[in-house]
Amino acid sequence: MSTHAITVTLNGEERTGEVEARLLLVHFIRDHLRATGTHIGCDTTSCGACTIMLDGLPVKSCTLFAVQANGCAIKTVEGLATNGEVHPIQEGFMECHGLQCGFCTPGMMLAALGLLERNPNPTAEEIRWGISGNLCRCTGYQNIVKSVQYAAAKMAAGGK
Amino acid sequence: MTEITSESLGGIGQWVKRKEDPRFVHGKGKFVEDIYLPGMVYGVFVRSPYAHAKINGINTEAALKVPGVITVVTAEVLKGLKLDWMPTLAGDTQAVLAGDKARFQSQEVAFVVAKTQYAAADGAAVVEVDYEELPVVMDPEAAKAPGAPVIRDDKEGKKDNHIFNWKSGDAEATDKAFAEAEVTISQHTHYQRVHPAPMETCGCVADYSKITGQMDLYITSQAPHAHRTVFAMISPFQEHKTRFISPDLGGGFGNKVPIYPGYVLAAGVSFLTGLPCKWIETRSENIQSTGFARDYHTTTELAATKDGKITALRVNTQADHGAFDAQASPTKWPAGLFNICTGSYDIGAASINLDAYYTNKAPGGVAYRCSFRVTEASYIIERAVDALAQKLNMDPVELRLKNFIQPDQFPYKSCTGWEYDSGNYQAAMQVALDKIGYPELRKEQAEKRARGELMGIGVSSFTEIVGAGPRKDFDILGLSMNDGASIVVHPTGTVTARLGVKSQGQGHETTFPQIIAEELGIPQENIKLEEGDTDTAPYGLGTYGSRSTPMAGASTAMAARKIRAKAQKIAASMMEVSEEDVEWKNYKFQVKGVPEKSKTMAEVAFAAYTAAPEGMEMGLEATVYYDAPNLTFPFGTYICVIDIDNQTGEFKVRRFVAVDDCGTIINPMIVEGQIHGGLTEGFAIATMQEIRFDEQGNILNGSFMDYLLPTAVETPVWELDKTVTPSPHHPIGAKGVGESPNVGSVPAFVNAFVDALSHLGVTHIDMPVTPWKIWQILKEKGIAE
Repeated sequence: MSTHAITVTLNGEERTGEVEARLLLVHFIRDHLRATGTHIGCDTTSCGACTIMLDGLPVKSCTLFAVQANGCAIKTVEGLATNGEVHPIQEGFMECHGLQCGFCTPGMMLAALGLLERNPNPTAEEIRWGISGNLCRCTGYQNIVKSVQYAAAKMAAGGK
Repeated sequence: MTEITSESLGGIGQWVKRKEDPRFVHGKGKFVEDIYLPGMVYGVFVRSPYAHAKINGINTEAALKVPGVITVVTAEVLKGLKLDWMPTLAGDTQAVLAGDKARFQSQEVAFVVAKTQYAAADGAAVVEVDYEELPVVMDPEAAKAPGAPVIRDDKEGKKDNHIFNWKSGDAEATDKAFAEAEVTISQHTHYQRVHPAPMETCGCVADYSKITGQMDLYITSQAPHAHRTVFAMISPFQEHKTRFISPDLGGGFGNKVPIYPGYVLAAGVSFLTGLPCKWIETRSENIQSTGFARDYHTTTELAATKDGKITALRVNTQADHGAFDAQASPTKWPAGLFNICTGSYDIGAASINLDAYYTNKAPGGVAYRCSFRVTEASYIIERAVDALAQKLNMDPVELRLKNFIQPDQFPYKSCTGWEYDSGNYQAAMQVALDKIGYPELRKEQAEKRARGELMGIGVSSFTEIVGAGPRKDFDILGLSMNDGASIVVHPTGTVTARLGVKSQGQGHETTFPQIIAEELGIPQENIKLEEGDTDTAPYGLGTYGSRSTPMAGASTAMAARKIRAKAQKIAASMMEVSEEDVEWKNYKFQVKGVPEKSKTMAEVAFAAYTAAPEGMEMGLEATVYYDAPNLTFPFGTYICVIDIDNQTGEFKVRRFVAVDDCGTIINPMIVEGQIHGGLTEGFAIATMQEIRFDEQGNILNGSFMDYLLPTAVETPVWELDKTVTPSPHHPIGAKGVGESPNVGSVPAFVNAFVDALSHLGVTHIDMPVTPWKIWQILKEKGIAE
């Protein structure tokens, strides 16, 4: 099977790889780049555990081939904090008990961040729709909604 | 010196933020799939497309030619290692790979090992299996029909599909009460087959060294010690050279209690090749082949007086266990704690008869977010009480109040043999009624009915039974169901604690240090908790059935108290007084009546390593395996309000009030989170989740595309409240909470749906209650056009 040389910017750092055309982006991020914070929770694009930011937009990285990300900027959970300082969305999840097992959390935070970038002051209903591509089996979502509200308030106050 | 308080320590009852969170929000959790070892190979299963088929041959030639494929393991290969069958936790056997025949769709048939996951999948796609289809058995009725195909013909002399019969209670007294009853009801329910579906699927990485004979197994296990012991019993791996490491687990909910063929195969491949072998199942494989839950077909009957006093309960259940009996119930309890089905009610007589059958479905019968079969028990009694209320034309709240066990009856001996430790059911009910405004809701409902609108109010007053359990009654494969706690206080006054249980998201790293903080007066931030590594943790049977707090929580408190007893001797020596003159007050040792003369635990710890009294061993540590005298009995009342569109059957949960009593609360934030999560899974079971099959045994919804789980949009907003009735026998009075919300909420939802339609003559709707089912009823009743 033929391979392709690709280059991405992962959390600000240029990374390259030699990949089969069929390699899923999530496998490239995890198995090749070893950024294992991005998780795989299903095989049907249903759960959102693999959500990342691709050129600033949240996408499910199991639903793209790695070659499609060639030349793109990727942000994963590992890239949320800057200079050791947590991002308001991370802070919100810790303050409001927005996570339990932690498996869906990276994807959930990136989906929420995507929402907040489109809509900095969402209602609870809008947050629920904004994270509706992501499944969580532990929290019942109620504290995730609170976590996102916390982050929205913090970001509006100039937190980030 | 500043005063030490429970608040300053982060002790019991404090709202302490989780220690687990920083690593997870930075993407630094370590799940099994995150383990990468040099030279690691990957295994992918070939699975049976048929629910029941004879296997005439397996051709692996094409697979072996796929670039990257190293080997293909079949039952034939495993037979040579005596690993083609393995024991289940229920004492049955299960095929690791199907050899003679496949017994359920998606059963493991071959294991393709390759240098990459993609190559292994390529190989699996071209393994040729010669199947000969056999007639299938898809439910207990078919299983017991004369002439039914015998699924387990591997078992010598097995001529039918019956697994076991289990009885509880007093059939004679029950029959007599029914004969004399003024009113009876009979209700048939099917608690459907569901799958726990934690966000992380099952998997493992096995790493065997041919040089040292050491096997390290990173595994998605809720019970690493028990799993290691079973491994040692059946395989060449010796227990002392086998290390099970259960790292961060992405949820469990019972799914990670059984032993799966993938674990055995990864270990076997690593043993044979000397290479680390990784197996991670896909989500679809997870739903189709690993531990299902429920699948109980039950007829529940109640006998009562005409003014509503319940006199007897009769239960007949046919349990569908799938092709192998792989449920994880304790040995003496083949139907788990199902005979808690008298629930919160003082019922004079009960009789339970249960028959379990093999069918051509995946094995399991796991305790999915409930203590063993307790959610099945709670469901039937709470539904039956509503059915009786409907028949008597009585308010379901009034009927419950009339039959509740009274506060002064505790400890209460139930007619099926349990001793309920403590409870106050009326109090929890009252809090729920007040919070939701029950009388106003009934008034609103009457007005709406007059206008033809549909609104239902569902009530459930559940009693859980958790913390299995006392050694005299509870074991799995002979292993006593106690869990160790090991605590070491270091010279500088910080602590490392290790437990035999294993968190899957419940926040053990936060809550157990809170118990130790309270007992030892050491701030919780100076206490580190470790679990899941069999090389370091004390033995334990693991986390499921809400047993961590009742069992390991008790061990933790008792180990801390053992340390405190020794510390008191050291403190007395330090202050040059006799031990009797020292008391533990305000989280430190002080000389009685001389509060200014005191020693903190940190000061004592330093002395324990530097100046232990003559004749005393140095150091400050303890290990305890606490054998609880009884189980614990959390309870609560849940009330739910649902509005239904009378033309489409679409519904919305308007309100849901959950009043829980889990005894002493260790961390209110974590308890709240556990209840939110459990209620959401209960909602999902009541309205969405069901693993369905067609007549040929094909799974109709074997992926997340069609096995419906709630997103944030469908999930209701939960309103919580509590009462606190401590357990009288638990060292800190705690009872366990993770599963109550699932056990209690499922009947509350179904009761609300039936209540909304009861005036139309509807007495029951089987789960999942979907808009489609409701619409069909509305259509039949001439309501929907």
